[in-house]
Amino acid sequence: MFAKTARGDWLLFAIFTAVVLAAPILFAPIGAGYPDLLQKFAIYGLFAIGFNILFGLTGYLSFGHAAFLGVGSYATVWMFKLLSMNVLPAVVVSVVLAGLFALLIGYVSLRRSGIYFSILTLAFAEMSYKLAYSVLTPITNGETGLQVRNLAKAGVVNFQHGDLRILDRAFGVVEHGVPMSNLFGIKMSGWPGFYFCAAALIIGFFIAMRISRSSFGMMLRAIKSNQNRLNYTGVNTRPYLLAAFVISGMYAGMAGALLAVTDPLAGAERMQWTASGEVVLMTIMGGAGTLLGPVLGASVIKYFENIFSAINENVLHQVFSWLPQGVQDVVVSILSLFVGEGWHLTLGLLFMLIVIFLPGGLMEGLGRIVSLFKRGKAASDAAQNGQEA
Amino acid sequence: MDAILLQVLNGLDKGGAYALIALGLTLAFGTLGIVNFAHGALFMLGAFTAVSFNKLLTLQKVVLDTAHKTPWGDPVEIRTPYVEAMFGDFGKFMVDWSVPLSILVAIPVMLLIGVIMERGLIRHFYRRPHADQILVTFGLAIVLQEIVKHFFGANPIPQPAPHIFAGSADVGAWLGLAKGTIVYPWWRLIYFAFSAVVIAAVFAFLQLTTFGMVVRAGMRDRETVGLLGINIQRRFTIVFGLAAVVAGLAGVMYTPILPPNYHIGMEFLVLSFVVVVVGGMGSLGGAVAAGFLLGILQSFASMNEIKSLAPGIDQIIIYLVAVIILLVRPRGLMGRKGVMED
Amino acid sequence: MAILEIDNVNKTFGGLRALWEVNLKVEEGAVHAIIGPNGAGKSTLLNCLVGRLAPDTGRVIFAGREVLGHKPHEINQMGIARVFQTPEIFEDLTLLDNVMIPAMAKRDGSFRLNAWRRVAARAELREEAEQILEDVGLAEQRHVVCSALSRGDKRRLEMAMCLIQHPRLLLLDEPTAGMSRADTNATIDLLKKIGERGITKIIIEHDMHVVFSLASRISVLARGTFIAEGKPDEIKGNPKVQEAYLGGAQA
Repeated sequence: MFAKTARGDWLLFAIFTAVVLAAPILFAPIGAGYPDLLQKFAIYGLFAIGFNILFGLTGYLSFGHAAFLGVGSYATVWMFKLLSMNVLPAVVVSVVLAGLFALLIGYVSLRRSGIYFSILTLAFAEMSYKLAYSVLTPITNGETGLQVRNLAKAGVVNFQHGDLRILDRAFGVVEHGVPMSNLFGIKMSGWPGFYFCAAALIIGFFIAMRISRSSFGMMLRAIKSNQNRLNYTGVNTRPYLLAAFVISGMYAGMAGALLAVTDPLAGAERMQWTASGEVVLMTIMGGAGTLLGPVLGASVIKYFENIFSAINENVLHQVFSWLPQGVQDVVVSILSLFVGEGWHLTLGLLFMLIVIFLPGGLMEGLGRIVSLFKRGKAASDAAQNGQEA
Repeated sequence: MDAILLQVLNGLDKGGAYALIALGLTLAFGTLGIVNFAHGALFMLGAFTAVSFNKLLTLQKVVLDTAHKTPWGDPVEIRTPYVEAMFGDFGKFMVDWSVPLSILVAIPVMLLIGVIMERGLIRHFYRRPHADQILVTFGLAIVLQEIVKHFFGANPIPQPAPHIFAGSADVGAWLGLAKGTIVYPWWRLIYFAFSAVVIAAVFAFLQLTTFGMVVRAGMRDRETVGLLGINIQRRFTIVFGLAAVVAGLAGVMYTPILPPNYHIGMEFLVLSFVVVVVGGMGSLGGAVAAGFLLGILQSFASMNEIKSLAPGIDQIIIYLVAVIILLVRPRGLMGRKGVMED
Repeated sequence: MAILEIDNVNKTFGGLRALWEVNLKVEEGAVHAIIGPNGAGKSTLLNCLVGRLAPDTGRVIFAGREVLGHKPHEINQMGIARVFQTPEIFEDLTLLDNVMIPAMAKRDGSFRLNAWRRVAARAELREEAEQILEDVGLAEQRHVVCSALSRGDKRRLEMAMCLIQHPRLLLLDEPTAGMSRADTNATIDLLKKIGERGITKIIIEHDMHVVFSLASRISVLARGTFIAEGKPDEIKGNPKVQEAYLGGAQA
């Protein structure tokens, strides 16, 4: 779609930025033009972009990235409790902590490759998840989840009676009612919240684009293609992999932080391996190794999750009210399998279909459609372009 | 001493379940080269075969008894399962023994499911990267789960063990210890024995039959066996069916221990994968050994004495052991060189 | 002066002796062929030189430094490059990328986190890469993805990947195996052209036509040890060599 030139990249970036910023208007016709959902698009898009730096470029399939998402969320809520409801310190600390955590896990896990690597990351993430529910309850608040509370009275220095928020206190911030995350006074819910996430997404996309086009990015692709050759070419692959792992862990930490920014609550279920599976799904569905694919995959999944899970039998009966009663009942009972609670069934099916028929994800599909229009150009050529965009 | 023995016993039934699932996983991996994330779903389907069979047996015939009235003045309903109405005492026996009897149903059902899965989906992924295999079977697992959830709901459905196995066995007394020192539920002992029998049967099948010989040769060197002109496709299908049956039976017999719900398979899958990797991908003996080892280690970690030394250790022991083993012995306990390293 | 000195290297595989008291000196600038019957230990020796295998005992000194005990990437950074028996290239990248990666490894060392600057902006790398593709006659296909190449072209690409690093020692493991006569001759010409750059080469080869066209010196390996060494003419007439080959053929 876009050539590998600097101009092509700037064009891609400009279009991406414009689409993200105009999302509230663009997505309104399909019923997605409201902040809560768009925030999810941006946050999970960011998560998937970061995951793609590891999986899409190097081919190392991590099944434990949810752990970094969880660390980001917990760190953010803790910063809200300790320092300030201002999101900046929270986000910075979360990203750094997630990065350190990723450094630790990555250093150990990357001693192995293939499915052994996948299982190691899975093992670490499951350990984090189980510990968050059990021994680490003082930090994570166990099953209830970690929440912000009202300020403790002046002079109180333990959490029994409320949060401390040292910085907010020092600056004499006055709280009314439930404490809200904010950026220098702008509340991070609704549209401002979305635009904060959107800014993070745009910056994240830009960084990922630079990485993808850099020498570093090329080395990562070479690892995926033939790690053995790379070793005999004088490249020490381990630090490259570790750097990619840490960077993608920081993206996950950022996404976790944003989840807590838009809704100041952190629970351990965010770290469960199914959550790691979700980001794999998003990346694959959009197109692993492509720049736009992960964001697209994340948005599509979150969109359909939102639409499908909201539909129930009553809605279906209304939609198919024009059918004769008997037929209507049959149609509704079949379709109800796939909506509402059954949304996961749709997701599973969709996912299988993608892996079976479109291994390159939606980006490959788009590439094929584009090639249908551009007659004379080979289909494989277009698929190739899809890979690059 | 008896405390240690009790923990070993505690680990055996869980270890048996891990070993059975891991056996099928590693069999499918070793012969077919497929990483099957839907293997846990097969365990779950086995469990729900037992649930369905039990439901079928307990379908009730309702007769109104006009001679007796309830306190509200309605005729008393007499509910009898059809099988009892039809077969009398034998019917009662069938209802009571529904879980063990489910095995007879589960074998053909699981074989069929396995064959359909292999022919319909798995076969087309032999030559695809492992990541693709993981992803497509992961998708399949979700689909199977959701279908089961649709029909059986989200709540666990308890299954009773046959009456005579309801109590506990005084294992301590058998071993000459004082009475009541080691008391252990009958059904869990049965489960362990059952898993041992199934494992022995699978090994005997692989060791003693010509079919098994070819399969084992295939696990060592797939290409050569293919070159020998042996119809490897059909054998693959049967091997996959066998793996499905083993996982299904593990699920059937586990129902009285843990009431199954739709995602019971996923929980076991993750642990079983760890078991397979710890044992060494593609090693049958490794899978069985690691299954029991991790089951027993887990029950030891749940001892209060250990938990007070290392809080939370019971939650993470399996993963911790897996990490250590993978780092110290990259190919697992009994893995061969070069399997799944790229 | 010898650039490579192999000193009393031994390697056994579970009791099986693969290399036994192997000694070899390779002069700087030489084209040194190692020949020998199948299973003589040629590939094992090469694997020891690049760090894929660790010998049980012995020393390998390259340009005054010990090679053994170093990882493959460290050995490459010392200046040893290797062409494999079956081409090891980056199959799903373009030809240009394939040669730019080793060029980067040469410039940036074994690790450098260069994650911001566009590769395309490194003009000097690109020029160098295009030049080398020109040299091996693959310039026109530079934007093609490698998996589409013929085996002969893959081999030439792999040579380009090694040459762009300006190695001091180039190891070639049967560079013409499985090639047609025409491809073989093209490869010989290419190797002769490279010869003009003064890179020391060790060639493992079965094809005597290739060996005698290129080698300035030949060593004969049989059953894990060197049995003869000399100029091509000396080797041709050596009875021990003939016996080793015949013995190898019978076994």
